[in-house]
Amino acid sequence: MSSYRVRRPGARVDFDKPLTFSFDGQAYDGFAGDTLASALLANGTRMLARSFKYGRPRGIIGTGPEEPNALMQIETGAHTIPNLKATQVELYDGLVARRTTGWPTLEFDLKSLGGLFSRFMPAGFYYKTFQNQKLWPKFEHIIRQAAGYGSAPSEPDPETYDHSHRHAQVVIVGGGASGLLAALLAGRAGLKVVLLDEQNECGGWLLSSPHSVIGGEQASAWLKSAVGELQSLPNVQVLTRTSAFALHDMNLVLAVEQLQDHLPIADRAAHQPRQRLHRIRAERVVLATGAIERPLVFGNNDVPGIMTASALTTYLNRYGVAVGKRILLQTSNDHVYQGAADLARAGCEVVLADTRTRINPAWEKRVRAAGVDVRTGFGIAYARGRRAVTGAQLVKLDAQRNVVVGSGPSIDCDALGSSGGLSPTVHLYCHDGGRPHWDEERLAFVVPEAGRAKSGIYGVGAVTGEFGLQNALEQTERITRELLSSLGKSAPTSSGNLKTDEPDATPARRIFRVPDGRAEGHGKKAFVDFQNDVSAADIHLAVRENYRSIEHIKRYTALGFGTDQGKLSNVNGFAIAADVLGKSIPEVGTTTYRPAYSPVTFGTLAGAHAGDTFEPRRYSPMQAAHVARGAEFEPVGQWLRPWYFPQTGEDLHAAVRRECLAARRGVGIMDASTLGKIDLRGKDVREFLNRVYANAWTQLAPGKCRYGLMLDENGMVMDDGVTACVADNHFLMTTTTGGAARVMTWLEKWHQTEWPDLDVYMTSVTDHWATAAVVGPKSRQVLAKICSDIDLSPSAFKFMDWREGTVAGVPARVFRISFSGELAFEVNVDANYGHHVWEALMDGGREFDITPYGTETMHVLRAEKGFIIVGQDTDGSMTPLDLDMAWAVGMKKPFSFIGKRSFARSDTAGPNRKQLVGLLTDDPQIVLAEGAQVIERADVTPPAAMLGHVTSSYYSPELGRSIALAVVRDGIARRSEDGHKSGRDLLYAYAGGKAHKVTVVSPVFVDPKGDRQNV
Amino acid sequence: MFVLFCPHCGEKREEEEFGYGGEAFIPRPATPEALDDEAWGDYLFMRKNPKGWHWEMWSHNTGCRKFFVVKRNTATNAIAGSWTLAEGRKAYDAEGGST
Repeated sequence: MSSYRVRRPGARVDFDKPLTFSFDGQAYDGFAGDTLASALLANGTRMLARSFKYGRPRGIIGTGPEEPNALMQIETGAHTIPNLKATQVELYDGLVARRTTGWPTLEFDLKSLGGLFSRFMPAGFYYKTFQNQKLWPKFEHIIRQAAGYGSAPSEPDPETYDHSHRHAQVVIVGGGASGLLAALLAGRAGLKVVLLDEQNECGGWLLSSPHSVIGGEQASAWLKSAVGELQSLPNVQVLTRTSAFALHDMNLVLAVEQLQDHLPIADRAAHQPRQRLHRIRAERVVLATGAIERPLVFGNNDVPGIMTASALTTYLNRYGVAVGKRILLQTSNDHVYQGAADLARAGCEVVLADTRTRINPAWEKRVRAAGVDVRTGFGIAYARGRRAVTGAQLVKLDAQRNVVVGSGPSIDCDALGSSGGLSPTVHLYCHDGGRPHWDEERLAFVVPEAGRAKSGIYGVGAVTGEFGLQNALEQTERITRELLSSLGKSAPTSSGNLKTDEPDATPARRIFRVPDGRAEGHGKKAFVDFQNDVSAADIHLAVRENYRSIEHIKRYTALGFGTDQGKLSNVNGFAIAADVLGKSIPEVGTTTYRPAYSPVTFGTLAGAHAGDTFEPRRYSPMQAAHVARGAEFEPVGQWLRPWYFPQTGEDLHAAVRRECLAARRGVGIMDASTLGKIDLRGKDVREFLNRVYANAWTQLAPGKCRYGLMLDENGMVMDDGVTACVADNHFLMTTTTGGAARVMTWLEKWHQTEWPDLDVYMTSVTDHWATAAVVGPKSRQVLAKICSDIDLSPSAFKFMDWREGTVAGVPARVFRISFSGELAFEVNVDANYGHHVWEALMDGGREFDITPYGTETMHVLRAEKGFIIVGQDTDGSMTPLDLDMAWAVGMKKPFSFIGKRSFARSDTAGPNRKQLVGLLTDDPQIVLAEGAQVIERADVTPPAAMLGHVTSSYYSPELGRSIALAVVRDGIARRSEDGHKSGRDLLYAYAGGKAHKVTVVSPVFVDPKGDRQNV
Repeated sequence: MFVLFCPHCGEKREEEEFGYGGEAFIPRPATPEALDDEAWGDYLFMRKNPKGWHWEMWSHNTGCRKFFVVKRNTATNAIAGSWTLAEGRKAYDAEGGST
């Protein structure tokens, strides 16, 4: 066992279970129950990191999530995790850890060269240096590498993660003395209780002071019986290794439970999650989150071996590690005294320098009895040592004012602990809008004792400023009884004797920055924020440069940034800023506490929503047919649709060319099942359609279909589709694939909020029907092979008719509609028969060389006809008139349909509207980029006035040239008719630094009269 | 991420089941053509957007798909109540028809 190990009674490490681990490639020993930090300290390791800006040696400061320095890369390969705090990594056998800072090496950090850079890196360094933004890309790589921080894994995460959604009557955050007592009282009252604690076992500070006394017994015994009783209560769940990282509206607690991180990778259960996210909706939340000790700010306070005083105590009592042999403690308060006595009794030489001149006589007596050398009225001017602390220079302080009044002794030490008081962990309280209250007596931002009882949030114990154990327990009992009565319960029994052996507290000294007798910035660097290398001088500089708001000071100096989020530094920073600004601390206030309290891995937030289960994927009933034919797919909303069907050796362009020509000259077939479908019934459906569509529906007879434009109330096109009249009181509406859900909600909203008197019932039937569109001059022949009970002749089954019949032995609705301009039949059958009917159509079409095609060919075919895609050729600012589709607007309908009134608004009716046109490039082989800007002259230098942009652009195999759709200001008037060019129709499409000459034409490139679909 | 009470289902449910339906009680003018551009523009675009209590509509998207009225404090997300459209209108009018 290393010489730093002490067999402390009550320690939580198991000295019978030795472990080995590696740090930076070197093997070390530890014990079960260690953290990586305690094991490294036990091995005498001091320097673990280099600082962010100056490359200064840094070591462990804290014991938990407050740790700013000891950031580790844990494990390698796919399992690697960057930037874990060594203080939060439970040791297991075979653990592999690496430093994350220090470049090129930890021993030699380039930045540290004689502090060469230090005078060039003041507060606001990045803002000042990179005001010329062009410099940043050149230096970013070097700066990032030099700054350190770990590396993200480059392989996929092999772990799985889980989400748990649950309800509880009482959620208690923090399993220290107060949290345990609250859980006991609520549990005994029969409430459904969840107790969360971020550590591997409950106890909080009791684990660091196992010899304190509660009700006549040792704290360790009280703790054991409390945890035992909680585990015996079926209505109480205790979750350890579970960090509550956010508290949202209405008492939603988010917590991450580490299930397997503490196990050797080989021992982790396969197929079990690594971590679980708990989303707990609670009737009451009890914050028993405790407090974190903040260090004092003094010269060279960042030398390895300098910690918070409580960390020295915790490493001794909980982990059996005496960090040094000769220990110097510096304090402004009573909290360090118990630890000082413990360290002295464990064999350390302890000097306790208290900044106060009047100290607590009871504590003084106790620590002197243990052998502690107490010096009152002294502060540390600066520490000595570089890679490990070797001593400190004390100065005599004025009894009241924080100024130096004389010199003090120089004291040698190999570990140094300081305490400037406790900072309550108020974070969760503030996440949904609570503001902490500054308690001048306790020198802390606290959760007001009343919490926000109205919304069910209570604070107990140290988080409210009750730092004494007995006071905290008595307060917890009182507040928990209030909570119980608010739920109609009472605590059945007394909590028993809560008396402790603590002396009454003596007031702390209000000191944050220990003076060294020199002007700020002229002495040794005194760090406030260790992770971001923010010194007291930086805060002074920020104020001198006229930053006034603490939020601005934070951002200018980086105070409180980083993975520790200022848990040690914030209050010191606020207090120093307040002093420089000449304000009180509550006037300066705090920065904003936002979730997450401590870092949460993306995997946990994603849970099972990753990879194939990231989002539900919808497939058409014919999916297997497309896969079998080698289709390439593309996502369309949640759907995966066939994109094109390449044959051997074909690329996208070759396949699309073949597919297009088949549809235009022979027969093609496309899966249209994804279109949104809404079944509307009721005697007022016709009137309802009249109101929600621009078109008129009064005359549409059963057996007929109509294309409709749906507008928003601004008169802009929001969706389109074909609606069929099944019967006078029954219609089937189709919507765009992506708009189906939005349109359904839109229709329901109008029906429920404005026209509940209309007799209309709507049902989404998108998934109920499978649709195969048979397209091309030979489509009638194909359909005739497998459909005998519908008269398909042109005179009996006209364009825009639909018929009910049997296709391939299956009941079907066949629509004679066309999104290609060709003769086409869309066959709709029960989705369960979709695959069967598709194959039957393929069989029937074999002799006609039927060609399946995907979305790409569909787009080319519709663009050749100038058919719009809502959302591609429109963007929420196009009226039907802008699209030259006045034919689809029933202006004579008696009811003022949605959007109609807006046609007359001055802007909608005015000149200079962007309108849909076709564009033809001078060079027929150039396919314009979609999004290319339409401009008037080729020789302009940006920024040029834009007339519009290209919305759709393809190569048309039918025409043997490129075509494009665009929206262009005044575009309809610019169209050249019949090849007659007026000059106004000549524009340029600009993209990628090149302007291409284009002619503005009608958007209908193929079959302008529409004869082909009527054959 | 708050909880809403659906007056149609009679249950408190998580926010993710619902969709926001905008400010409540903006009736569509009965005769839009009778309005001048300014009045029509007010109907189209002008919303209260208060910091504080707000009468708004929500729809129970993954439940009953019904719209209903909620009085919510936009600054704190405190919720004063949920009503059906008709009952909400009465409650709104009882408060003098303003937020």
